[in-house]
Amino acid sequence: MKQILILGAGTAGTMMANHLNRLLPKGWQVTVADPENQHLYQPGLLFLPFGARDEHKIVKSRAHTLKRGVTWLQKAVETVDHEHKTVIMKDGHRETYDILIIASGSHIQPDMTPGMTEDEWYHSIFDFYSLAGARALRDKLADFQEGRLVVNVVEMPIKCPVAPLEFLFLADDYFRKQGRRDRVEIVFVTPLDAAFTKPVAAKVLGNSLLDRGIRLETEFMTGEIDPAKKQLLSYDERGIDFDLLVTVPTHTGADFVEASDIGDELAFIPTDRHTLAAREMEDVFVVGDATDLPSSKAGSVAHFQAELLTENLLRKIRGEELEPSFDGHSNCFVETGDGKAMLIDFNYNVEPVPGRFPYAFGPFSLMRESRMNHWAKLAFRPTYWHALLPGRRLPISAQMSTSGKQLEFLAAVTE
Amino acid sequence: MTQAVYAGSMVELDAEGFMTRADAWSRPVGEAISQELNISLTPEHWRLIDFAREDFSIKNTSPGLRRISKYTKTGMKDIYRLFPKGPGKLIARIAGLPKPKSCL
Repeated sequence: MKQILILGAGTAGTMMANHLNRLLPKGWQVTVADPENQHLYQPGLLFLPFGARDEHKIVKSRAHTLKRGVTWLQKAVETVDHEHKTVIMKDGHRETYDILIIASGSHIQPDMTPGMTEDEWYHSIFDFYSLAGARALRDKLADFQEGRLVVNVVEMPIKCPVAPLEFLFLADDYFRKQGRRDRVEIVFVTPLDAAFTKPVAAKVLGNSLLDRGIRLETEFMTGEIDPAKKQLLSYDERGIDFDLLVTVPTHTGADFVEASDIGDELAFIPTDRHTLAAREMEDVFVVGDATDLPSSKAGSVAHFQAELLTENLLRKIRGEELEPSFDGHSNCFVETGDGKAMLIDFNYNVEPVPGRFPYAFGPFSLMRESRMNHWAKLAFRPTYWHALLPGRRLPISAQMSTSGKQLEFLAAVTE
Repeated sequence: MTQAVYAGSMVELDAEGFMTRADAWSRPVGEAISQELNISLTPEHWRLIDFAREDFSIKNTSPGLRRISKYTKTGMKDIYRLFPKGPGKLIARIAGLPKPKSCL
């Protein structure tokens, strides 16, 4: 029996396992290693701080997400010994593979910023990228009567790059509805030179921040936090005071990537941008947030990659060439508050632009706020559990389509 | 797209002043760009610039700050001392490389 071993059972790893379980030819089996007993629907974390009471709907047990036929090893990886095609687990267990798929994701590292996790951690400094952080922040926001709320991205890349903006829009809406908005100052502090990385979207989203009276502090490289003074300090010695800091800490790949010396400076793995093959290891593929690719670290990307990588692995098993099929496609609904959202859709070459998105139940408007986009975002949660993770095809192409996009906006920016 | 003459060589620059062709660069061109940016280059500066050039030749993207810091074993604070106000961009400009892209 030949074995495909998947490291990590998050969105990308689970989808890969369930696709392959269905499609692998006889003589092949699929095994997934992940120490966690639960699968977290990460987009659900965004709404928890603002009072969403659906925590039970964003976590499911692992057994419910992996299909029968997939072997689940509830073990944590220590290192990958690629020379011997063996993965060594923390408990000493050794698992060999014929093909390895690394789907070990990206993880926040609050300890990498001096001062972040000292006395003020979960008192006046919070993250919302973990269940514990989002929960603690919910209680804090409910009590926060006045002062300066600073939302901060420490460094790129981060998971779901629009999430900090969504948090800002939802915070504005939340304090407005509570009648406290005039007493709460909101500031967004980012290492980027604009509200977002892609110029057309940065302009639209930047204006949306301005319209809501949210101040933008750009090119701020967070060096440390002074918890006693409640101050965020940059490497170029700017200081920003906060009463409440909601931070998106530095992200890295998994610990075993660093321990095995197979990653870059942040433990993301060098990956071919179109085939998803690891650049320096034969018979190894990387999918989802674990790659070093300039595509978004987002669930939609994991979804598109998983479909294309499954096809490529089947080609490889048949002895055919890999297709350079992944185009960097990303697709996300951006919550903008007041029951509305925007949709953005883009790839490596085409940045997000306004237009219409011709989805089966659409069309949805691109880069414009609408209620329909918001409802679609909420409706995605059951879709995730019941269609996406089990590996059912959704009526959305893994490769980006330019149909409906107003590409003239691209020319307007480059001029 | 604009053109500029550095150390006697005509080079093309993008709208933000980054050279459009890394192979049109030479060390005298780097010197001339650094003068325009009011940075006087020491061997410490050159170590970071040389790393950025070498890394670009392998990866075909301009290295970000953390990458430069890790592989040259230079602390972030020191990098900011050498290239105040946006070292990532300054190093790329002087090294004749494209603007470093933050991943999305």
